[in-house]
Amino acid sequence: MMFSLDDMIAFLPSLLQGALITITVSLLAFAFACVLGLVLGLLRMARLLPLRMLAAAYIQFIRGTPLLLQLFFIYYVLPYAGVTLTPFASGVIGLTMNYAAYMAEVFRSGIQAIARGQWEAGFAVGMSRRLLMKRIVLPQALRIIVPSLGNFFVSIFKDSALVSVLTLRDLMFSGQLLASATFKHFEIFTMVAVIYFLISYPAAKLVEYIEMRLDITRRPRPAAGLRQDATGQEAAAIRRGSLA
Amino acid sequence: MARAMSMTPVSATPIVHLDRIWKSFHGTAVLTDVSLTVPRGQVVCIIGPSGAGKSTLLRCVNHLEAIDHGTIFFEGVPVYRYLRGGKKVIDPDRRIEQVRAQIGMVFQSFNLFPHLTALGNITEAPVHVRGTPPAQARDQALALLRKVGLEARASAYPHELSGGQQQRVAIARALAMEPKLMLFDEATSALDPELVGEVLRVMRQLATEGTTMLVVTHEMGFARDVADRVVFMDHGAVVEDGPPERVFTTPRSPRTRQFLQTILNRGEADPQPAVEYSA
Repeated sequence: MMFSLDDMIAFLPSLLQGALITITVSLLAFAFACVLGLVLGLLRMARLLPLRMLAAAYIQFIRGTPLLLQLFFIYYVLPYAGVTLTPFASGVIGLTMNYAAYMAEVFRSGIQAIARGQWEAGFAVGMSRRLLMKRIVLPQALRIIVPSLGNFFVSIFKDSALVSVLTLRDLMFSGQLLASATFKHFEIFTMVAVIYFLISYPAAKLVEYIEMRLDITRRPRPAAGLRQDATGQEAAAIRRGSLA
Repeated sequence: MARAMSMTPVSATPIVHLDRIWKSFHGTAVLTDVSLTVPRGQVVCIIGPSGAGKSTLLRCVNHLEAIDHGTIFFEGVPVYRYLRGGKKVIDPDRRIEQVRAQIGMVFQSFNLFPHLTALGNITEAPVHVRGTPPAQARDQALALLRKVGLEARASAYPHELSGGQQQRVAIARALAMEPKLMLFDEATSALDPELVGEVLRVMRQLATEGTTMLVVTHEMGFARDVADRVVFMDHGAVVEDGPPERVFTTPRSPRTRQFLQTILNRGEADPQPAVEYSA
C-alpha cells in the first residue's frame, strides 16, 4: 500500500472543506458551552434551592447519557415535538448542551476554590455579591479553570466527529464518504487523522499560551520604574534583581 | 459598664453601638449578651484569650456574621435585624452594603486581591462601589500608599510584597473608602515578628489622626499606649471595659488579672514597660 500524491491532492479539497465544518461546529459549540456552563455553574450555587436543583438535575442527566444519544434526540426526536433542526444546528446544540454540563462543574469548583477571605474582603468594602463575583472571584477562578477548559477545548474538536452521524459533512463524514467511494481507507483515514491532529495541536498550544499569560507570577511585566520598552528578558532580569 | 470612664468625650451618637448581642455557631454560644459602644474618635482595643469571641464580635459589627439576637446600631440607626413593633426586621442586602462601605476592615490574613496590583486593590472599591472616577481614585490611592510608606510599590502584585507590606496595602485599601470606623482583626498576628512594627506604626498614626478604631489585638503594648478604652472579653462576654491604665494595672475581675498574668509570664507583651514597637 502506497500513498499516491495524486490521490492525496484529489482528496484534500473535500477533506479540508470537512475540516472547516469541524472547526466551525467546535468553536461555536465551545463558545456557547462556556457561557451556558458558567450560567449552570452559577445556578448550582444559587441561593434559591429550586434553581440549584434544576441545574444539578440537568448536569446529572447530561452526564448520565451518551453524547451520541443526545445528538440523536436533538436531530431525530425533536421533530416529533415540532422542532426540526438542520444537522449543523443539531450538532452545535448537542455539543454545547453536553459540554456545558461538564464545564458547569469545572466553573463551580473553580469558583468554590476561591478563599472565603476574598469574599469577606470584598464584602468589607461594601461590594455586592454580584460585583464581587464579577470583579474578584471570577477573574481569579478563571485562572484556576483555564487548564480544565483547555482540555475541553482540545477534546471538542475530536468529539465533534460524532456529529457526522447527523449527516453533517464534517471532517469525519467527508472522510467516510470518500473512503466508501474509493475504498482507499488507509490513505483517507490517515489524512483525516493528520488533519485532526493539525487542528488539535495548535489548539493545545494556544491553551498553553493563555495559561502562561494569565499567570501573574510568570507574566513578564515591567517592574515599577522600569522603562516600558524593555524586553521581557530585561524586565525579568531586573525584576529578579530588584525584587529579590 | 465602664463606658462613662472613657477619656474622649462621648458625642451624641456613637459610630457603633452593639446592644445585647447573642451569637452561636452550631449550638455553641460564642457571644452571650454582649453590649459595646464605640464613640466617634475613640480607639477601642479588645483583648482576651483565644476563643473569647473577640473576632466574632468584630465581624458582627460589619455584618460578616449574622447575629442571633440583639441590635447593632450604626450611627444610631439599627442595621440588619432588629425588632420593630414586636416584628423582626431584616434589611435588604443593599442597606448592609451601604453600611459596610462606611466601615473599613483589616484582616489577620490580609486578604488582598491577588490578581490586582497594590494600586488596583486600593482603587477597586472606590471605583466600582462608589463610582469615583478612576483618575481621581488613582490619585487618592497613591496618596494612601504614600501614607503607609509604599508609594514605590504601587504596581506590585500582592505575591511580590512581604506580609507587612501586604497588610499596609490592606490598610490603605480600607482607608480608600474613607470609613467612619476602622476594624482591625488581629492585624499583626500573621506577621513575622520583625514586620509587626511597620504595621503597628501605621495603626498608631491613624489613631493619632483621630480615626475611630475597634482593634482586636494581642499587642498589649499597643493597647496600653494607643487605646482610649480596653475591653477584656472572655467566654463570649465583656468582662472589663475601661481606660487602659485601669484595666492593665487594677483589673476588677480575677479573669482579667489571670489573663494579664499569663501574658506577662509568656514574656511576650509586658504591659508595664511596653513592648517597644512605637513609631
